[in-house]
Amino acid sequence: MGIFETLSFALPELVLVIGAMGLLIAGVFLGDSAAKHISLASVGLLLIAIILVIFGPGAPTASLFDGAFRIDAFSDFAKVIVFAAAAVAILMSDRFLGGEELGRPEYPVLIVLAVFGMSLMVSATDLISLYMGVETQSLALYILAAFNRDSRRSTEAGLKYFVLGALSSCLLLYGASLIYGFTGATSFEAIASVAKASDANIGLVIGLVFLISGLAFKVSAAPFHMWTPDVYEGAPTPVTAFFAAAPKLAAMALFVRTMVTSFPDVIDDWRPIIALIAVASMAVGAFSAIVQTNIKRLMAYSSIGHMGYALIGLAAGTSSGASAVLIYMSVYVLMTIGAFACVLMMRRRGGMTENIADLSGLSRTNMPLALILTILMFSLAGVPPTAGFFGKWYVFLAAVDTGMIWLAVAGVIASAISAYYYLRIIWFMWFDEPAPAFERDTGPVLRFAAWACALLMFPILTVFMGPLIKTAEWAAASLF
Amino acid sequence: MSLAAIAFFVFASAAIASALMVVVSKNPVHSVLFLITAFISVAGLFVLMGAEYLAMLLVVVYVGAVAVLFLFVVMMLDVDFVELKQGFLQYMPVASVLATIVVVELIFVVAVWSLPSNVELAHPSPTAAETVTDPNGPTNIEALGLILYTDYIHYFQIAGIILLIAMIGAIILTFRTRDGVRKQDPAAQVARKREDGVELVDIKSGQGLS
Repeated sequence: MGIFETLSFALPELVLVIGAMGLLIAGVFLGDSAAKHISLASVGLLLIAIILVIFGPGAPTASLFDGAFRIDAFSDFAKVIVFAAAAVAILMSDRFLGGEELGRPEYPVLIVLAVFGMSLMVSATDLISLYMGVETQSLALYILAAFNRDSRRSTEAGLKYFVLGALSSCLLLYGASLIYGFTGATSFEAIASVAKASDANIGLVIGLVFLISGLAFKVSAAPFHMWTPDVYEGAPTPVTAFFAAAPKLAAMALFVRTMVTSFPDVIDDWRPIIALIAVASMAVGAFSAIVQTNIKRLMAYSSIGHMGYALIGLAAGTSSGASAVLIYMSVYVLMTIGAFACVLMMRRRGGMTENIADLSGLSRTNMPLALILTILMFSLAGVPPTAGFFGKWYVFLAAVDTGMIWLAVAGVIASAISAYYYLRIIWFMWFDEPAPAFERDTGPVLRFAAWACALLMFPILTVFMGPLIKTAEWAAASLF
Repeated sequence: MSLAAIAFFVFASAAIASALMVVVSKNPVHSVLFLITAFISVAGLFVLMGAEYLAMLLVVVYVGAVAVLFLFVVMMLDVDFVELKQGFLQYMPVASVLATIVVVELIFVVAVWSLPSNVELAHPSPTAAETVTDPNGPTNIEALGLILYTDYIHYFQIAGIILLIAMIGAIILTFRTRDGVRKQDPAAQVARKREDGVELVDIKSGQGLS
């Protein structure tokens, strides 16, 4: 393959990175006043990238750069959702950043660069490209967490994220070096051909444990979740909305691809680890969230719990498990974006409010918002017939199919416990004395995003779950 | 003894001596200066091994950037080293345990090292310089470039992007536009006319300017 033919397969990434650099230069020359236009332009870039992923030139499956970068249905699926989630996150930030006088052209540029890292992650089929994709993404995210540099909490969030993220990168690299040492290969395909069940080396397994630890940090699964609540609370709210959606899906997709394509024959060694992480995450998500009073912290613990459910699908290690992870994560991304759109609408005269108590009696002061939040909370809790229920259903089904009934039972118990705090919010909104009303003027983007996500959760996806499942199955099949 | 052997012993002993002085010398500035000497000596050793690119990299990166940065930090920060050394005796037990562990490890390393046998002495294995350096082949940097821009182009480019992100981050998080800074604007100075700056006033004697 010539260089131009090779590059034509990586066109979405090229568009993103070259566009980001162009916008950066434009931002420098036009100054902070152009932040809004740069935002819109970067949303345009992401849309172009989505179109290129779906309709772009090149074969549907290709492996580039000596097997470092792979395009297949799985990466296409993840990329489309990541790009879309990032575009919505940029649009949702506009008003908030303008209000806090944080509107700077570098903000959307950094998001686009982070998205570039994520798209490298979901296409990575080599330990080196895995690491470099993770670093590209993480470095941009550290900066975004500390974006409100005059706020002590934001800088604290950025620093905490950076230090712990660097530690997790160390674990990941150490694991990767052990795996390279014991298999003599860095590409997933070559590792899979060496790592056979019969001679599963103890050194390889130790490397695998470290690699899993590093990746578990990136998806914020327990016991590597410590950074999540602090970073979510401290970072500016639109940044948190972005953190909770796109990077989670990208990291989870990377996790699935790494485990399933490079260690398929040693699944008996890594399945218990993943199952343990899944149970721990669900437990942390279920119990720690109960005592939270800040809605951003609550969402952080809730996302830890959701990662646990998604990891059940990975623990299954089958094609239906991988497709269940994709279904779960797509639904999760939609729910999270909707929930954060609602959090961004919690604005009173004098600033944002983040306490759960501020939602009291919302049904009487702001009926539409209460309705949206109710649907989203039901969906997050996994109550039928919302889409959140179907996400959990397929994950549990995949676990039962591989004979891990105990894991599915643990998941059901955890979701029953976590339903308590989701339903508590609904109780506050419908049956409590009203707190002062929020400002009505929230801007069309937030309203549209919140409505769209809520309606997708129920009833649109309830009825049209079939196409999503078909697409996810088609995407997951390309891994096996 | 060949010239290369003499050079090797000069560089090696200089490297060890200055490395020792880094630890021993009381003044931290002297330590950093000895560190620079150590780097340069090691760079000389690299040249002898035929790794000239690595040697230049060591000089440029470590001597030119890292060591000078150290020097700035040591000189800029007002660290009281006498105060730092207080409590030395208090931590002595912990330190001696650690030192013992390291010494035992060193003994193990030496213990597994054996002198070359007579066969090996008769047929010495070629040194790195003898095996790697082919006078007609590509130089170090050519060889690196040939790999970096072909097999590893993907990683090389991503590394560039990561550095770009780091740069953007450093600027965003630290750069502030300050108000009230008087900047010189040569164009405005040259474009200024006499009428802009000079006003002629007729003052009657005894009245002054009011």
